[in-house]
Amino acid sequence: MKKIINDPNQAVQDMVNGFVAAYPDKVTLIPETLAVVRKDAPITGKVGLVSGGGSGHEPAHAGYIGKGMLDVAVAGEVFTSPTPDQVLEGIKAVDAGEGVFLVIKNYTGDVLNFEMAAELAEAEGIQVEKVIVNDDVAVEDSSFTTGRRGIAGTVFVHKIAGAKAEAGGSLSEVKQVADKVVANVRSMGMALTSGTVPAAGKPGFQLEDNEMEIGIGIHGEPGIERKPIASADTIAQELTDRILDDIDISNGNEVAVLINGLGATPEMELYIVNQKVQAILRDRGIEVYRTYIGEYMTSLEMAGCSITVLHLDDELKPLLDAPSEAPAFRR
Amino acid sequence: MELDVLKTVEWMEQTNEKMQAKKDELTTLDQPIGDGDHGINMARGFQEVVNKLNDTEYNEVSAVLKDVAMTLMSKVGGASGPLYGTAFLKISTAVKGAGTVERDLFAKALTEAVNGIKQRGKATEGEKTMIDMWSPISEAFQQASDFRPEDMMEAAQAALESVKELEATKGRAAYFKEKSVGHLDPGAVSTFYLFEALADVWKGDN
Repeated sequence: MKKIINDPNQAVQDMVNGFVAAYPDKVTLIPETLAVVRKDAPITGKVGLVSGGGSGHEPAHAGYIGKGMLDVAVAGEVFTSPTPDQVLEGIKAVDAGEGVFLVIKNYTGDVLNFEMAAELAEAEGIQVEKVIVNDDVAVEDSSFTTGRRGIAGTVFVHKIAGAKAEAGGSLSEVKQVADKVVANVRSMGMALTSGTVPAAGKPGFQLEDNEMEIGIGIHGEPGIERKPIASADTIAQELTDRILDDIDISNGNEVAVLINGLGATPEMELYIVNQKVQAILRDRGIEVYRTYIGEYMTSLEMAGCSITVLHLDDELKPLLDAPSEAPAFRR
Repeated sequence: MELDVLKTVEWMEQTNEKMQAKKDELTTLDQPIGDGDHGINMARGFQEVVNKLNDTEYNEVSAVLKDVAMTLMSKVGGASGPLYGTAFLKISTAVKGAGTVERDLFAKALTEAVNGIKQRGKATEGEKTMIDMWSPISEAFQQASDFRPEDMMEAAQAALESVKELEATKGRAAYFKEKSVGHLDPGAVSTFYLFEALADVWKGDN
């Protein structure tokens, strides 16, 4: 293992400290936790927005903290959900009396820990609602999940629910729009190499030099198929076809597209993938309203990418376009 | 059976001793189906429980169990932390106000714990999870009025045997489906040690 770290067991703490040090006027760390919170939270009259999950997916989730997106991001150890007490501290820190909304990716550990935190918060008199993101069309169940996994599409949920909350939306309105995003977003990824969890010291899995894995999860959990590597166009075609097979988007509809790097894939390759994705959508008469290219939801230093398509309507478009001061999603 | 504050603390101390002693066994069971950390997590969690209980004065069983719940939830991590945390939180709530917890009340509390685990894990009996230990042990408690620690161990042993033959459909092991048959579920085994520790403390009563 070759990594720029100090102590593998301190990697998450060191990263969180470094993140807070990068934006000292915007965010702070809740004492005794790995929860990073907006400095101006709780914000009077606004629903608090909470997300988080295992570390190793940077810039998720702390990168999405800021005016117009999340209020707090609770980090767990690498690929491990944060514990309920930590999430609870996050919820308490952003509750201004309007209620708190949790964005949870569908992994067994995340769901268990965030739901438990929600119950503890409710017992303290805080109103809590949640959405569970399950945008990955690759597999129904995995070693980490019951049902579909939550991956890069989660970023659109952060953005749109965040904009709704910032605009003064009530807890039920924030939930309604977040549910709508989840119903309309689909993703799928592929990998060329594995990431290495610092504390484990070795790659999570092995792919041969000429191999790729289609449908892989953001923790390296198995996908659909391992096969010889193909061209960017072929990869883009396979992922996009599977996404579009799963969601009813027809001629004349508008979408947002996210080509997400998993950690070790250069932007050059993401743009090459994007070229094909745009062509496929154009051929189907689907209009691309916005495109995002870059690293939004990574898997340590995994090489690979994911494609996300969000079906937009007149309610979602302005929320996607609303201002955001989050360092990883500025608008 | 009468659980007072001292006995409850003793139950947790004995559980911790077992988790420390069985750490490697639990981890080995977790490796083929999970991420191989169940023993490490449970050993760390119960050590923290004992540290917390030794540092705190209690005058109610419910308060002891609430601290057990909160500590397990925050120190075990993964899925086991919130599941064990929920179980102890439910027991704690069910026995609130009781100076000593008699068998009937404990039986009622166990029912609450089983329901809590089912709700939290969105699982039910027969899916090869810790529920397949908690549920039959709880049922055995409800049925016999002259229930003895030996009966509890018999129920626990029988439950463990039948868990082994189940096919996993929930939890991480579910990914391995039929391959899980014949394999002991680590969460079921750690539950077994928890109740074995209770039996040991309970036997000391008589």
